[in-house]
Amino acid sequence: MANEQSNSANPNVDLKYRRKKNAEEMKHQVISFTLMIFFTLIAFAAVGIEGFSHWFIKPVILLLAAVQVVFQLYYFMHMKHKGHGTIALFLFSGLAVGLITVLVFTTIVWL
Amino acid sequence: MSTYANKKGFGATIWDYLTTVDHKKIAILYLISGGLFFVIGGLEAMFIRIQLAIPNNDFVSAGFYNEILTMHGTTMIFLAAMPLVFAVMNAVVPLQIGARDVAFPFLNSLGFWLFFFGGIFLNLSWFLGGAPDAGWTSYASLSLHSEGHGIDFYVLGLQISGLGTLIAGINFLVTIINMRTPGMTYMRMPLFTWSTFVVSALILFAFPPLTVGLVLMMFDRMFGSNFFDVAAGGNTIIWEHLFWIFGHPEVYILILPAFGIFSEIFATFSRKRLFGYSSMVFATVLIGFLGFMVWAHHMFTTGLGPIANAIFAVATMAIAVPTGIKIFNWIFTMWGGSVKFTVPMLYAVAFIPTFTMGGVTGIMLASAPADYQYHDSYFVVAHFHYVIVGGVVLGLLAGINFYWPKMFGTMLNEKLGQITFWTFLIGFHLTFFIQHFLGLMGMPRRVFTFLDNQGLNTGNMISTVGAFLMAFGVLVMVINIIITSVKNEKVGNDPWGDGRTLEWAIPSPPPFYNFKQLPLVRGLDPYWVEKMEGKTEMTPAEPLGDIHMPNSSILPLTIAFGLFVAAFGALYNMDDKTWTLPIIIVGLLITFGSMLIRSVKDDHGYHIHKEDLMDDKDKGGKA
Repeated sequence: MANEQSNSANPNVDLKYRRKKNAEEMKHQVISFTLMIFFTLIAFAAVGIEGFSHWFIKPVILLLAAVQVVFQLYYFMHMKHKGHGTIALFLFSGLAVGLITVLVFTTIVWL
Repeated sequence: MSTYANKKGFGATIWDYLTTVDHKKIAILYLISGGLFFVIGGLEAMFIRIQLAIPNNDFVSAGFYNEILTMHGTTMIFLAAMPLVFAVMNAVVPLQIGARDVAFPFLNSLGFWLFFFGGIFLNLSWFLGGAPDAGWTSYASLSLHSEGHGIDFYVLGLQISGLGTLIAGINFLVTIINMRTPGMTYMRMPLFTWSTFVVSALILFAFPPLTVGLVLMMFDRMFGSNFFDVAAGGNTIIWEHLFWIFGHPEVYILILPAFGIFSEIFATFSRKRLFGYSSMVFATVLIGFLGFMVWAHHMFTTGLGPIANAIFAVATMAIAVPTGIKIFNWIFTMWGGSVKFTVPMLYAVAFIPTFTMGGVTGIMLASAPADYQYHDSYFVVAHFHYVIVGGVVLGLLAGINFYWPKMFGTMLNEKLGQITFWTFLIGFHLTFFIQHFLGLMGMPRRVFTFLDNQGLNTGNMISTVGAFLMAFGVLVMVINIIITSVKNEKVGNDPWGDGRTLEWAIPSPPPFYNFKQLPLVRGLDPYWVEKMEGKTEMTPAEPLGDIHMPNSSILPLTIAFGLFVAAFGALYNMDDKTWTLPIIIVGLLITFGSMLIRSVKDDHGYHIHKEDLMDDKDKGGKA
């Protein structure tokens, strides 16, 4: 339709470029996937192996979890790509509002 | 071609509105149903004022008074102010950003019908054993012990209409992010669009806590859970927190669109660019953000402790800063402008001192130690009516007057509009100004009667007289609307003569596809930019082509109706009636069946062909 613009009707345009991009993307996903499995193993190991104190295990697991969330969002859900600025804005402002509310409840509010 | 231009019969028109997905028609639906609920809520207000006109009155009983008072608050906030705000948003925002519709027309219609059936459900409580009677905040310690089904009507009705609001909010977010016409950057968006954007984000974050609160309340009342029941180990304060985490952003959800409407009106009738546009945008966003960090100021006296009270008091006072920025920007917009006092402009000018007074008493209430004195007195009643009536209602009345020609193609009568304005404004101040002093003299809110010889007689009488003046003003407005509609004198693109934004560049009312060719925006106030260069219309941003349009559908109505039916079943299920389970099942079948039809049936919409858009004057060759 005249009012709907697409870049090209020909799927062979820039095929080489797209191939290269996809290969790169695949590499990133495999790397982050391996790392995520590795992190999960560390988390299980930290709980399974005796001798670590709770004060060490809990923050480490939480840290690993946070990194996994970032991997998930940025590598698997494509937030590192262009055009995701608004999504990031809403995600992080929502996160900020939610976390501040939780912080308020755990610190100053008697419930 | 152009069969849609034919005159339609009454039944066909009704069917058209029941199935419409056009944002302009949905705006009219919101306007009509919001107006209807506004009148119902207004009648409840009149009953309240009649009851309180003289001491020891027995116009209504104590129990009935509680119901009227609860329904007045609930109706006015959820069923009158919200839909009227959505009416203006739907009518104006797609036009202001140069879009042919909202991003999801089907969802837009679904949002309306969910709100509508939720509102009807809530109001049916009057005829089915009594309305909710625990105040519009429905604090758990009261509502869990409320007899009858009033509170259940409140919980289920608000749950359904809240879904509609959430859907509408997400729809506007996507529309404003994705559907702006070429050249319409974020910092060229009109202030009303900006406030709609921020408000939609607030809806997105604020309504889920209400949903959670209502679900917990529903479980407590329907299934015997104990979230809020202190005797069984629950905590009644959780409801207050959940309600106000929603409730405080909610008041900004109402006031920000009013700010947006006034910003448009000040710029238009001062015939000047809005003073400090970027600081206005900044202030709107900041108010939205701060609105989430202040909810506990409604709960200073629940015993949060001095640290929480102090932090929330300071956070609350911080909101005065961006609001002050806005007030001064509006004043500076008028400063040096060639001001034209049309009816919308009268509302806008009256809004500044009125809203400022409400804001100042807000700061008084935000001082936690002083709040212990004001709490639950008529001082609070005066404060929130000054911000909600003096801000939101004046904004909506101004907006309806301002955008009436764009929505219906006719101009409301100026003289009658002025009568409405003056009686409403004077009536408003008569009603609520005196209530500050009634509160300071010790009159508690939510009482159904007061004693003689306590110095409260004169004040309450004055307040009632004022309420009748306001009612008169609204009546004149209704008459004005009827007269204008019967006369039906059509006006052109820009009936106010000084339109600045895109909506004034197209016919009133706009054709159903809004823009034949999407306009090219070359600056803030794009239509004004073109006018200043001697042009009479916008430059198109695209060649004339086929326009893709969505098909009408009855499914949004049936989806909402199914929930309405299921809600009745759920409500009476508490009484262990056997017929309720089939009702719930039938209702949910209607809803999910409609959703299934929507999912499996391909509906690609239709195209208006280029040839049908061309006429002798316009071959579409300008771009």
